[in-house]
Amino acid sequence: MRDWFSVYWRELLILRRRLFRQLASMSVAPLLYLLAFGVGMGSNVSVQGRPYLEFLIPGLIAMNSMMQSFAIAIEINVARFYWGIFEEFQAAPISDASYVLGETLAGITRALLSVAIIILIAILAGVQLSYNLFFWSAVLLTSFFFAALAIALAMLVKSHADQALLTSFVITPMAFLSGTFFPLENMPVWLKQFLRLLPLTPATEAIRAAAFGQTPPWRPYVLLTALSAGAFLLAVNFVKKARD
Amino acid sequence: MIAIHQLVKRYKDITALQGVSLEVPPGELFAYLGPNGSGKTTTIRILTGLTRATSGDAYLNGYHFERESLQAKRQVGLVPQVINLDLELTVRENLDIHGRLFRMDAAARREQIAALLAYVDLQDRQDSLVKQLSGGMKRRVMVARALLHKPRILFLDEPTVGLDPSIRRRLWSLLKRIQQDGTTIFLTTHYIEEAEFLADRVAFLDQGHIVQLDTPANLRARLGEWAVDEMLEGEMQTRYFAARHQAQEFLAGRSGSFALRRVNLEDAFIALTGKKVAADGSIAGVSGAGQPASPSGAHGGRHH
Repeated sequence: MRDWFSVYWRELLILRRRLFRQLASMSVAPLLYLLAFGVGMGSNVSVQGRPYLEFLIPGLIAMNSMMQSFAIAIEINVARFYWGIFEEFQAAPISDASYVLGETLAGITRALLSVAIIILIAILAGVQLSYNLFFWSAVLLTSFFFAALAIALAMLVKSHADQALLTSFVITPMAFLSGTFFPLENMPVWLKQFLRLLPLTPATEAIRAAAFGQTPPWRPYVLLTALSAGAFLLAVNFVKKARD
Repeated sequence: MIAIHQLVKRYKDITALQGVSLEVPPGELFAYLGPNGSGKTTTIRILTGLTRATSGDAYLNGYHFERESLQAKRQVGLVPQVINLDLELTVRENLDIHGRLFRMDAAARREQIAALLAYVDLQDRQDSLVKQLSGGMKRRVMVARALLHKPRILFLDEPTVGLDPSIRRRLWSLLKRIQQDGTTIFLTTHYIEEAEFLADRVAFLDQGHIVQLDTPANLRARLGEWAVDEMLEGEMQTRYFAARHQAQEFLAGRSGSFALRRVNLEDAFIALTGKKVAADGSIAGVSGAGQPASPSGAHGGRHH
């Protein structure tokens, strides 16, 4: 199983070289959201009986688990279409599953870094939440799923432009509508039903419940595990198909 | 050694390879020559596991390219056409990742990286970021990387494209040295002089077919030894002669602009395909070159 580590190791070396830039860029968005929605809307606003900031932070964590792990699609795309580095992996005597696992772990690593930044910002802002085992396993499952999905889709798209479209039409709407910034209770029933079908909705639900120190429902965990397994198999299959 | 049998690659609307068969014995330097789009890169991509063949078989050192793909890949080193190094990483890091992918342990990686950087004359650049290197240096890093896991076969896809002539020659010397050290080399090129200088045998590829396969000397010998280029009504016409004095006899009674020179591989290529490969690999039809002006042909060639 050391082949996946070789793939992962390359990503770590690149991440290390860009670490400062990466951390800085990961900090911008959550800081802006906190400033705009948290502080800007005032500390009097409360949602579900909690200060809005407390409600918002777990949502931001869920959103970033998705966005940062999914962002490896862009790296893979650049490596494939622009630099041709993907060919170095194709020509290497490693299985397609090893490649997918290595890249998935790279996506998870990015997600964990961004979550760590948000937690740090939350602590500095005086927001106290519980970062327990339920919390971390939900973060891990979310980032695993979206990283594997990113690899699968990166194999399908034919250009950078397609990749950008995918992000605009799938990822960004999900980031805003999956209960990240506001509770879904207030939505009309039909919309609520639809939004519950988005994978980020149960992820947000689990992460928020865990962060509030409650026992989260089991359904999101089962769902995310199943989705992760599915996305992983899909990615392996598409990596194989990339040779056609 | 490389053995290919009836390799076919069909894409949706084009057939890139139409049943290519060939064998390259161990230690040979084999050049695969043809214009852009003739199927050169497709062949290499299939043999190195980057592209799946539609049908056909290939064996790399005895391992089947698909059924035993992981073992087959271990036999092979690849220098692709584009520079596909991680620019943000150092030379050593690039090589180290490659070594890991081929399951070399830390000691073997260290040893081979040092040896190969010395081999390609880059030992003092191992801690440089790849993006700081010149194009020629990057090519040499790619060669070092391809050789790191001690492959028996080295594939190079247009290794000297875009390099200036002195650097190209330096790379040629390196390839000769690699061959002398016992590695089988398979290279594609559209620089005919590259194939002529380097290769033991040459295959001409045209539209997915091998149209000719022989040693450069045999390919040239089919035309003769001397060539006279003549500008006729704005078109270049070339005539071939078995001996120099025959060419001189031909020239004696003529006026105009002529060039007397030795027959080269490009003549053989044009004679076979009726096409000329431009420096950028694109092809142009050459009128009047379809029929090799055979030494005994109409243009005063061989006299008995």
